[in-house]
Amino acid sequence: MPQSVGLNNTDAIVRLDSVRRAFGPVAALDGVDLQINRGETFGIIGRSGAGKSTLIRTINALEKVDAGRVIVNGEDLGSLDENGLNRVRRDIGMIFQHFNLLSMKTVFENVELPLKLSGQSRELRAKAVWRMLDLVGLRDKAAVYPAKLSGGQKQRVGIARALVAGPSLLLSDEATSALDPETTLSILQLLKDLKATLGVTIILITHEMSVIREVCDHVAVLDDGRIVEQGAVWEVFGQPRTDLTRRLLRTVRPPLPESLQAQLQSGPIAPGRVLLRLSSADLQRHPAALALLTAADWDGTVVHAEIDSVQGHTFGTATLSLRYGGEQQLAALLSQLQTQLANPEILGYVRG
Amino acid sequence: MSEGDLQLFGGALAETAVMVGASGFLSLLLGLPLGLLLVITAPGGISEHPGFNRGLGAVINAFRSTPFIILLVALIPFTRFVVGTTIGTVAAIVPLTVAATPYFARIAEMSLREVDRGLIEALRALGATRWQIVREALVPEALPGLVTGFTVTIVTLIGASAMAGAVGAGGLGDLAIRYGYQRFETTIMVGVIVVLVVVVSIIQLAGDFIARRLNRRA
Repeated sequence: MPQSVGLNNTDAIVRLDSVRRAFGPVAALDGVDLQINRGETFGIIGRSGAGKSTLIRTINALEKVDAGRVIVNGEDLGSLDENGLNRVRRDIGMIFQHFNLLSMKTVFENVELPLKLSGQSRELRAKAVWRMLDLVGLRDKAAVYPAKLSGGQKQRVGIARALVAGPSLLLSDEATSALDPETTLSILQLLKDLKATLGVTIILITHEMSVIREVCDHVAVLDDGRIVEQGAVWEVFGQPRTDLTRRLLRTVRPPLPESLQAQLQSGPIAPGRVLLRLSSADLQRHPAALALLTAADWDGTVVHAEIDSVQGHTFGTATLSLRYGGEQQLAALLSQLQTQLANPEILGYVRG
Repeated sequence: MSEGDLQLFGGALAETAVMVGASGFLSLLLGLPLGLLLVITAPGGISEHPGFNRGLGAVINAFRSTPFIILLVALIPFTRFVVGTTIGTVAAIVPLTVAATPYFARIAEMSLREVDRGLIEALRALGATRWQIVREALVPEALPGLVTGFTVTIVTLIGASAMAGAVGAGGLGDLAIRYGYQRFETTIMVGVIVVLVVVVSIIQLAGDFIARRLNRRA
């Protein structure tokens, strides 16, 4: 199980303290505090322009910070000169949305590059490259140039290159955004496998909640250069605290169907029906509540439901349509339900 | 054409080859580093030095905007200083190199600037030094463009070398002027043109072939 993010945790591999970065008058990062612990997969999600790319680039100092501190493996990047930064960077792998492979080098030469840069001998290089190519399943493509590869294969080469020197940290900059859904899944699976094999800490940025859900232990939501929400993935998925997070979650947790949404009115309609949203986990725990709602008095039917399991935690909602029989009757029902169910929520009223 | 004429052609072709070959080689040797300097010191380059960049750009532009025939004459004292004489094939190599170097530097700059910035970033992320970025990414990725650009430079040098006949440099241009024009030997004139067309075509084809073979992007 992932550990909770505590700011005093001593097992931090990366720590950001009030990091600021502005481009002209625009603050890309507006006071970001973040701690990423060794061994976890940490996702940072946000809309485009939220500052995700700038944020991840401060971790390997591709982007300088205007204020605040970035500490990687105990070293304050702000205190290092170019040589020191290069030393830190050699312990951080990075993969990119557009792969960024050298087109004039073969797959083998691309993967070999980090070892060549750090001056390792030819034999050691070859051994490490073949091992990585085996791990990413591209041994037979060693002599091929990147132009001949599919997008998924290119990203596999990118991953092999990023990890061949055995870094303690892998940064992923929208690594699956240019790939189709099926290839995305295979790349995410590969990252999970490699993390288990090599024990590397992964920090990834994405605009897709499905990516967070698939691989991450922790997630931070970035908006306008600030972290607006963070926590274990199952917590954020189960109980999103901001509107932005709820909107981002729509792709993985479908909201009420549009046809139903369109009929919805905020005030009671008589004769009509009321839509009530309940926690699906609560309903599982308290089947009597469901029995009550579906009894003749209320004529309840489930009109929408979604249930999901993340990191072993199950959550979701069920929306029921009930016969509306006046305000008093509804209030009585709610108070009765509240003894068993958390937050029954009236979504609105429909004709019928 | 007589046997004497053929000897004239052979000698002139050899002189042109020496002039173009030597100045082409030197302009490659000097122009590529200058092109690299232009790219890496430019704003957003891997070693930003805007002041130096503007200064170097201005010097290169000054040489580029001077017509070769004027450069040839203006450089006479410099040529005498470098090779000890201002007449002959070797003397012509100096102004040809001075003209071709900034020309190739600009062409190299264009090819180098087209290298995907993402690749430079990937190399930086791997902890590559500036020199490693130049050696592993910038130059290899730009290589097909550099070869094409160098081909253009050589072809331009063949044209310029004809003007170098003005300082007694010999070569095909000199042959055409002295025999073809001044002695009204039309056969020689036509012969020179044919030889030039053939030589330029061969160089262009060879350059294109090499650039195509080097390109791994397709």
